[in-house]
Amino acid sequence: MSVKDQVIAIIAEQALLEPQDVTLDSTLESLGIDSMGVVESIFAIEEAFDITVPFNANAPQESDFDITSVATIIAGIERLRAQQATG
Amino acid sequence: MKRVVITGAGTINPLGHSVADTFAAMREGVCGIGPLDIRDVDRLQIQIGGQVKGFEAEGRYNRQQISLYDRFTQFTLAAAREAIEQSGLIFEGELAARSGVVLGTAGGGVSTWDDNYRAVYEEGKNRVHPFVVPKLMNNAAASHVSMEWNLKGPSFTVSTACASSNHAMAQAFMMIRSGMAPAMVTGGSESMLCFGGVKAWEGLRVMSKDACRPFSANRNGMVQGEGAGIFVFEEYEHARARGAEILCEVAGFAMSSDASDIVMPSKNGAARAMAGALKDAGLNASDVGYINAHGTGTAANDKTECAAVADVFGPHADNLMISSTKSMHGHLIGGTGAVELLACIMALRDGVIAPTIGYEEPDPECALDVVPNEARDAKVDVALSNAFAFGGMNAVIALRKT
Repeated sequence: MSVKDQVIAIIAEQALLEPQDVTLDSTLESLGIDSMGVVESIFAIEEAFDITVPFNANAPQESDFDITSVATIIAGIERLRAQQATG
Repeated sequence: MKRVVITGAGTINPLGHSVADTFAAMREGVCGIGPLDIRDVDRLQIQIGGQVKGFEAEGRYNRQQISLYDRFTQFTLAAAREAIEQSGLIFEGELAARSGVVLGTAGGGVSTWDDNYRAVYEEGKNRVHPFVVPKLMNNAAASHVSMEWNLKGPSFTVSTACASSNHAMAQAFMMIRSGMAPAMVTGGSESMLCFGGVKAWEGLRVMSKDACRPFSANRNGMVQGEGAGIFVFEEYEHARARGAEILCEVAGFAMSSDASDIVMPSKNGAARAMAGALKDAGLNASDVGYINAHGTGTAANDKTECAAVADVFGPHADNLMISSTKSMHGHLIGGTGAVELLACIMALRDGVIAPTIGYEEPDPECALDVVPNEARDAKVDVALSNAFAFGGMNAVIALRKT
């Protein structure tokens, strides 16, 4: 499964939706994922990709991981995988 | 209804090993938060906390006691000794039979769980020490206080996460006010600065990696602490008859439940607890000079708490002072309300308001007088101590100068 498909599967499960209802442009808010859902989604992403996501729920906009949309989350994961693969 | 006063106070916390040391540190705006010195700290994302330093069980307790006293019990016993000795009470006869211990803790013997899980899971051992259960149980601290000082009346432990101490002290207050008990030992303790205890909090993503900055616009989360605060609550006439020194009066309290969310705070629930405490104490909002805030330094708590204060106090919200001493000692979770009650006592008795340190940037959503960075001299007649727990369970205590 591609990164995109995996992320969509994780987010769809959190939002109680079918994967086809989640698009690259979807925002977590538009999918009805609240702050606890965001934290759980990030945990699931860390587990799935074996990465550590820098994310502080107090200041999501300042975290070095953009959760604006499904597309930005995928981009963030790919960047972290590249960074953390060697580490 | 009987009146209730405080005739003894004791503490162990990141700011000091006694009430006097803690007051001195609060006056100076000392920060007790620093790098954590615990096993496997390198595997933690969050590596700071308000740790109690220089407190070794060895030398303080004997080998048999150490096998029974988790660190949260050790803190409790040390703080209880200071409080009970200050009160001058000797529990014997009828006084012993009717006086008890009600303490708060969220996690109880967390380090004992942690150490023994390590032994069986990580090290593969198939045997643990025989006293693991009596050491880790949440009521262990209250039980050891009852045994040490012969307290044979109503005794139990209250666990409501970050409001545990305030709920516990509220129970002790009610028992004395109703005439059920002449005196009660009360307060709370917490010690979860171990790998598992910090790792669990880390998971929530609400912890700061650098500092606890309540009410500051650039705040980025809470910081854990550890320690205990223990008090002797006593019926007023009982204290007066024996010429005891009275630290202040416990004027009233209120509890409320948000009944809404397991972690997000509610303005309405917090406001109902503060308004309820004033009503219970027979006070007007304008009587309050100082509020020791719950003030965790999270985005959600601080703005919600300030909005609740504005709702309850109206224009007087701009006249009162509100500070969060968690900026100095961290969040002592189930023990936090007890240590924070000390800041209220200092305000009433010494006329010194403990500051909110680490305050860097005003936040329009927290536009109150948060006593930034430096302690302030002020005459205060009434103080409130707020505690708003995960699970939406709130407890606010009102103290009055005597």
